[in-house]
This record gives sequence, C-alpha cells and structure tokens, in this order.
Amino acid sequence: MHKLLTDKPGEKAFLLGNEAIARGAIEAGLGFASTYPGTPSSEISANFFQISRESDLYFEYSTNEKVALEVAAAAANSGVRSMCIMKHVGVNVAADALMTLAYVGVRGGLVILTADDPFMFSSQNEQDNRYYGKLSGLPILEPSSGEEAKEMVDHAFDLSERLQEPVLLRTTTRINHSTSPVIFGKIRKPVTKGDFAKDPFNYVTVPAVSRKLHVKLLKNYETALELSNSSSYNFIEGNGSFGIICNGVSYNYVKDAVRDLDVENKIKILRIGFSHPMPNALIQKFLQGCQKALVVEEGEPYMEEAVKSAAQEKGFTNPINGKGPDLFSRLFEFDPGMVRAKIASYFGFAYAPAAPVDLTGIPDLPQRPPNLCAGCSHRAMFYAVNKAAEGIPNIRPTDIGCYTLGFLPPLSTGDFLICMGSSVGTGCGFSKATNKKVISYIGDSTFFHSGIPGLINAVFNNHDITLVILDNHTTAMTGHQPHPGVDMQELKLEGFNRVSIESVVKGIGVGHVAMIRPYNIKKSIAAIREALAYKGVSVVIAQQSCVLMDKSLKKLRGKPFCVSDRCKNHRNCINDLGCPAFYVEGSAVRINAALCTGCGVCAQICPEHAIVPVKD
Amino acid sequence: MNIKRLIIVAVGGQGNLLASKVLGEAACRQEIPVRMSEIHGMAQRGGVVESAMIFGDAQSTIISDGEADIMVGFEPLETLRAIKKCNSKSTVITSTSPLPPFTAAIGKGVYPDMESIKSMIRQRVGRLITLDANVLAKEAGSELSVNIVLLGALIAVDVLPVTADSVQEAIRETTKKSFAEINLKAFDLGRAAVKA
Ligand code: SF4
Ligand code: SF4
Repeated sequence: MHKLLTDKPGEKAFLLGNEAIARGAIEAGLGFASTYPGTPSSEISANFFQISRESDLYFEYSTNEKVALEVAAAAANSGVRSMCIMKHVGVNVAADALMTLAYVGVRGGLVILTADDPFMFSSQNEQDNRYYGKLSGLPILEPSSGEEAKEMVDHAFDLSERLQEPVLLRTTTRINHSTSPVIFGKIRKPVTKGDFAKDPFNYVTVPAVSRKLHVKLLKNYETALELSNSSSYNFIEGNGSFGIICNGVSYNYVKDAVRDLDVENKIKILRIGFSHPMPNALIQKFLQGCQKALVVEEGEPYMEEAVKSAAQEKGFTNPINGKGPDLFSRLFEFDPGMVRAKIASYFGFAYAPAAPVDLTGIPDLPQRPPNLCAGCSHRAMFYAVNKAAEGIPNIRPTDIGCYTLGFLPPLSTGDFLICMGSSVGTGCGFSKATNKKVISYIGDSTFFHSGIPGLINAVFNNHDITLVILDNHTTAMTGHQPHPGVDMQELKLEGFNRVSIESVVKGIGVGHVAMIRPYNIKKSIAAIREALAYKGVSVVIAQQSCVLMDKSLKKLRGKPFCVSDRCKNHRNCINDLGCPAFYVEGSAVRINAALCTGCGVCAQICPEHAIVPVKD
Repeated sequence: MNIKRLIIVAVGGQGNLLASKVLGEAACRQEIPVRMSEIHGMAQRGGVVESAMIFGDAQSTIISDGEADIMVGFEPLETLRAIKKCNSKSTVITSTSPLPPFTAAIGKGVYPDMESIKSMIRQRVGRLITLDANVLAKEAGSELSVNIVLLGALIAVDVLPVTADSVQEAIRETTKKSFAEINLKAFDLGRAAVKA
C-alpha cells in the first residue's frame, strides 16, 4: 500500500512537504486531481499518480496547466473534491481559466496549489503569486511548514465548499522541499463520482450572466474577509510593543530570531496564513499600541501594502516598514540569519552576528554546473545542428526542459527563452524581424504543452523557421512524467492513448518534416541541412528516449566505448561534444566506462576513428 | 533543547538524500525534533545536492552562512566550496575521494590538491576529520554505501543528539533488505574511522 494511504490516525511520519500536502488532500477525501508537472510541486502529483493506481482517486497529467484547471473545474462542479497542482508560472498558463472560474465558482471543493520558487532554484522567474488572489478575487492560504500545509489542505476544501469558489494554496520551495515529522489524521472516504446539475444562467458566462456572477464574487469576497479576520491561520502571538507581521517560511525565521535575540517580551507577532483577503480588522487590532511594525515577507510587498492601507484607515502614524534598501529585499529567498540581523537593526536590539569563516585565500574553485547526462540524445542533436548550421547566420530560440542546458559551452546552442512553448512563437518573430535563419528547439512534452499553437501560427503566417522537436518520450526534467506522446503500454500502464507528434505536425500542414535518430550523426546533419534549405516551416523530429529513464528502467543495452591508441589528441570529443563520461589523464583523453552509455556519438565524430567499443 | 545545525553537501548520485532521510528517521525515533530541507535542482544531471538538518526546537529548515555546527561533505571540493556555512568552531567531516567536476576532468579548470583542500578547511574551522569514504564503502561491500560510511563518521563525532542505535534501526527500516547488511557494515566502518 502507498505510504500516504496508511490508515493509522496518530501515527507519525517523516514527510517531505509535498508528501504532507498530498496526504492532507487524501485525508480531506480528495476524489480528483490534475496537473502539469513543475518543480517544486512535482512530488505532490507523482504521489497522486501512484495512489490513483491503487485507489478510486482519479488523477491525470494534463497537457498543460490551463487544461488541468479546466478538467478540475468540471470535476469540482460535478461535486467531486478536486485539486489542481502547478508551479507558480503554471498559473500564468491557467490564468485565463482561473479568472472566470472565479466568477462561476464550484460546488465540490477545488484547491489550486501554486508552488512559488523564490530564488528561482528551478524556474525562469520568481513571481509572487499572492497577487493572483487579488487579481481573481479568490482566497489564498499560505502554510509555514509541511505539518501546517497538511492541515491547511483540509481546511482549504472546507473553505472552498463554504464559499463555493476555488481556493488557492500557495507554497514556496522551502515548504515543498522541507521534511519534518507529520502526524497522520483520519482519512475521509472520497466521493469520486458526482453529477452536474445544469444551470446555464449561472454557468454559461455570456455578459449578462457574468455581470451577475461578478456581483456574487464581490459578495463572496466580503464573506472571505470576515473569515480571514477570524481565521485561526491568522494569529497573534506575544504582546510586546514592537510588531512583526509575517507569513510562510518567514514566520519560522522570525520565531527563531525572536528566541535567539531573547526579545520575546518585546515583540508581538502577527502570522498571516489566510492572506487573501488580508485580515484588515485583525491587522488594525494588532497595530493598536504598536510603536513600530516590521513586515517580513519574501517576494513582493504584498502584505506591507495591505498593512499600510489598514493603518491609514485608522489614522495610525507609527512607522511600518518592510521592503527597503536597508531592510528586506524583493529579491530571492530569506534565511534565518538575515531575518535575525534585520530585526535586530530595525528595532535596535543588541546582536552579535555569527561570523562565517573567512574565505580570503581560497582560490577560485572549478564550478560544477549541471550538465546533460552522458549519452543524452540532446547532446547528439545539438552537435548535429552546430555542424549543419556552420556558415549560416542564425538565431536559436530554445525552450524549457533538460535541453535548455544546451546553451552552455561547449555546445553553446540556445539564444532566447522566456516561457514554455516560446521557442516557436519567438522563432516566428525573429524570422520576420531579422534576416537570419531561425532554428527553434522544443521538447516533446513542451511541444504538447504549448508549442502547437505557435507551430500553427508559423504555418498560417508562412514563417521561415526550422523547428527541432527533441522527442525523448518523457518529461525528463521534472522527473520523467508521461505526456500524450508516450507509449504508456510499454510502461505497462493501461487506459491511455498515444498522440503521434509526427501526425500532429503533418496535420498542421508543415511543408517539410523529417524524422531522425539523433545518435546517427551523419544522417542527422544531412536532415538538418535539408530542413534549413527549405523555405517555409520545416520540422525535424529527433526520436531517442531519455538515457536516464532507460537506465532506471534497465533498458540500456549499449556497451561502453574507450579511447584507443589511435587517438592523436585533437580533442573534438571534448571540445565540440563534451560528454561528461570523458576525462583527461595526464594528457590522454579517457572515457569513464561506468558513465558511458554506449551511445557511440563520440566514435562517429572522432577524425581518427580512435574511439571504439570496449572489448569484453 | 540545544539546537544543532548540520549541512550535508554532495554531488548528485552520492546518496545524500537517503543519508539525511535515515538520520531524520533516527532522530524521530528518539523523539528529537528535526526538520530538514534539500535543494537538488538538477541532482541527476551532475549538480551539487545540499541538505540542511536542524535538530532541536527551531522552526527554520535552512541554515545561514556561518551557522552550521557540523558539516559533512561527500566530496572534498564541494566540502571546501560550502565552507562558508561554517564558523571557527564548526566540526567538518569530509571524504577525501575526489569526483572532479567535468571542467576539471577535461583539464579546463584545476582541481586543487587534496592536502591544500584539507589545510584550507582545517585553518578555518574548529575540527576537521577526513576519511576515504569510497575505500571504506568498497570494504563494506558496495561503492554505493559512501553515504552511510559518512553517516557513521557523523554519529561518531558526537555533535548531534542522535545515537548509533537509532541510526542502525533506521538503516534496517529505510534501506532495502539486501542492502541493509552492507549499509550496517559501512556505518560501523565510518564510525571506526573517526574513533581510530
Ligand atoms: S534526464 Fe534525459 S533528457 Fe535530461 S539530460 Fe539526462 S538523458 Fe538528457
Ligand atoms: S559513447 Fe561517447 S558520447 Fe556516448 S556516452 Fe559514451 S563517451 Fe559519451
């Protein structure tokens, strides 16, 4: 049995934040879940996927976050408790659905999890999704720990059903990826099938209906505001004359700082866990008699703005600060030492900071950047594109996945990236606005996610671009989740169909389509050259499964290669390809047989044919 | 309870996350409050994996620069790189088996020599303990046990409130049966290396 299905209330488990969240949903009687994978949220859905194979839970990997939210919205409006999980930027994709779903509302509970990523450990931006609460009018809950997140999921479902609208549960990376002891509660029996009661004058959002629904949303907002003011997730601790208002992980840093500084009797804390609507009346009560207040929040001054406006309403004039050059930054994540130092300096507490060791005298150390795996087919493809495009002035928009790493030397291929699917759309723009050839890269999962509309655009508007689809039969970057192009039967998973990328591309009407095996370098170069010579939209589909996945499925068959004494030290293998299985011993190039997957790409590019399979 | 802060640094694939999980489970068995956080962005693609573990009544799950009481490095260069987490009193345990990053492996960067890595660390912290975890792991029966060897060394220095008994139980419970014996041996070898 899956460990998150353990029906032993009171039992303690050491759980990752994301596991605690998944468990919270199971305890709340979750019946339906959908997602598009994205770090730091991915383990929540990975657990749901496993759980759905052994319980009545319906779970799906949807093609993108917008589709995932639509799927979940329908389930919730059929009365089934549903959850939709995504990373922060995923909410941008889902935003169109979200904004009007806020008007329509739900019948069964719908919790939308947004996993924000301050510091951008694995994201392209660090946007603060609390503003989605303001933008949509929907409630937001924010936990400070995994244990609290588990409880909060349950509460979020109740809140959603009470208000008949979706609730946003906002986490940050340090909630999702922290582990702590969590106590299991009771599992409520899930309802997995409901019914949809037709009511078009409340469900079909033509202007006349939406005008009515917006009135309802604002009324709901008033109720949500009352609930926020009385919520047990918004609480005051201590009774000093200085105030600190904080949320999420910042609350932990504040608590530790107040104890470390030994100022428990001087500080009172307002922890905000129900952060949209902000609890205006509670904030005013808190500020009463507060000489000075500090707002501690990662990201934007979201709470600070609300606190200042609450103070203004009551005519409070004592200082309230948060973001500022000497205070907190809008950038990156906070840490306990930094929060402790700012609290000490803002309120004037004595404080001797920890002295980190002196780093002077330590030389620049060789970096250890992430690298495409040994034998990764993307490396082969990038090498082939580099060769095929030699002498042709070109621009190479890239996209989101492991293959983004191709922009690093030595392959150095990848010029522009803003979001999922952007390689195709931006490719269209570059092809018209410059005189250069455009070569866009996109992965298979990203192609299904949001590459297809761009490709249709390219065909319709007759752009001159070559799109290279790196089809490795999985969503590798986030942990090998399936996507519509994956052969699920091969993975022994029943009940799925398969969408062929080739048929989609051809169906769109792309004039030139080539299928290649990227490990065959000569043929790949020729195919890319041909595609580049084609005027109009051309697509090259490079098919080779992800080696890391093959390795974990024990499907790797290749024998390792080694460098024979024919080697004349040209080092093309290292300088142009850079497979991490290579190393230099003395001045000789060697291959680490334990890392080599036997893809044979280096052997094809060695001018001396010095790289040969290891003899048994 | 006295708060103790531990940083573990490793290279993707060295089993750092399993080691911290075992240690966390062991602490839970003893009812020691424990929290940890991990950053493993692209661990499987050769990057650095760092976990922070905090024992005692703290709520934070991360550790600021200069605030680690103890650090365990699975790879000497990464131990040195992460040294800013330590202060002049910290205890540092590092394996001395290098895993050169790709740039250094192909001669485009210089991997510092082991003696200078050791002395750069030793000069800056309270106590440095070195052991060749790869050799000990092989002796235990599997190169994959490097993580448990280092866990043994960590327990032997007695900085954390976690006992050897509870770690051994956690090893039995958390790691695969076929592997538990090797891991228990690895754990003992790691402990003995420090005590010697
Ligand atoms: S996980 Fe797969 S796609 Fe990603 S770098 Fe490794 S081999 Fe390439
Ligand atoms: S055959 Fe060459 S390119 Fe392929 S994994 Fe081995 S060393 Fe790397």
